[in-house]
Amino acid sequence: MKIAIASGKGGTGKTTISTNLAHYLSQKEQTVLVDLDVEEPNSALFIKGKLDKVYIKTRKVPFWEQQTCVLCGDCVSNCNFNAVTKLRNEIIISPQLCHSCYACSELCSSNSLPMIGLPMGVLQTFKLDNLFFIESKLDIGEEMAVPLIAQTKEFVNQNYENNIFQIYDSPPGTACPVIETLKDVDFVLLVTEPTPFGLNDLKLAVETVRELKKDFAVIINRDGVGDNEVEKYCNDENIEIAAKFPNSRKVAQLYSSGELLYNKVPEFYEQILVLEKKLKSI
Amino acid sequence: MKIAFTSKGNDLDAQVDARFGRCPFIVILNTDDKSFEVIDNQSSADEAHGAGPKTAQKLSEYDCNVLITGNGPGGNAATLLEKLNIDIYIGAGDMLIDDALNAFNSNSLKKF
Repeated sequence: MKIAIASGKGGTGKTTISTNLAHYLSQKEQTVLVDLDVEEPNSALFIKGKLDKVYIKTRKVPFWEQQTCVLCGDCVSNCNFNAVTKLRNEIIISPQLCHSCYACSELCSSNSLPMIGLPMGVLQTFKLDNLFFIESKLDIGEEMAVPLIAQTKEFVNQNYENNIFQIYDSPPGTACPVIETLKDVDFVLLVTEPTPFGLNDLKLAVETVRELKKDFAVIINRDGVGDNEVEKYCNDENIEIAAKFPNSRKVAQLYSSGELLYNKVPEFYEQILVLEKKLKSI
Repeated sequence: MKIAFTSKGNDLDAQVDARFGRCPFIVILNTDDKSFEVIDNQSSADEAHGAGPKTAQKLSEYDCNVLITGNGPGGNAATLLEKLNIDIYIGAGDMLIDDALNAFNSNSLKKF
């Protein structure tokens, strides 16, 4: 079962919840944790597993074969993303604009634009007892997260059983990387903080998961700060609040030193148990 | 010599547009006979991606020696412009084209 830990606002505690939940579950059964925030993955700060495998991930972009090209310019007009340009007698590819749609390549009458693999990032797998941890990281300068997220999900589907818990640590926001992460999960947990900023972005996230027709619930993190508008909103909208993690200085201290919390902070542990119960009832 | 200005208007009285890819016009001045040509680039507003490379492609059809603009082209456009062998000068955003030309002639614009 695939569970995504997502949020609208960044910094609400997605990684904190993901790593603690996954580690806790793995004490009882095999569990998969996948860090899909490929632009800045950080679950590895808390899960110190043994490195198992490393894969260089590539995406396909066209490569111009000058010898056969007749400079008709069809590739330029067939590209929706302005990734192919004709400068005088040269066809120039802008890889950062390419969406790997193959249109220029497939429609080239002289077959002068074969698709080649361009490295975009690295997928690593780690093992920590019963926890399988997969992290993907985009190379510096790479702009598009979606292809790497898609390939990472494919890797997980091919290598791990779907009848165990698979926790997706999602990117923040509501844009394409989040959609790609959420589109085939079974359940979404939206982590928010009880502040006006948290509420504003939670509403955007709720709109997104509703559009995707996903079952979801809200987790309030740092409960006790801010106001009670998030709770009011959830009640008005009939959204389940699955757990409330209390605001705590101890949590901040442990988090800052890269430690897991559930085995050290009793009130945090309680909420992880509440979450476990919720997930097992889905 | 032919000098291209990213421009807000379609004649020599216009102001320089600070942007490269999404400037509405490019005014090209021939300093030898003071004649000018205009590239209409207003369609760049409709591009979701890659306005820069597209504008560079339009510019490639004119043999310009110098490009005067404001912020400077982004990475994708800069790669293309490099191939055109155009000297790019920046910092002329919002200047009148005439003032930008004077600034260029007195070497007070920054080379990109």
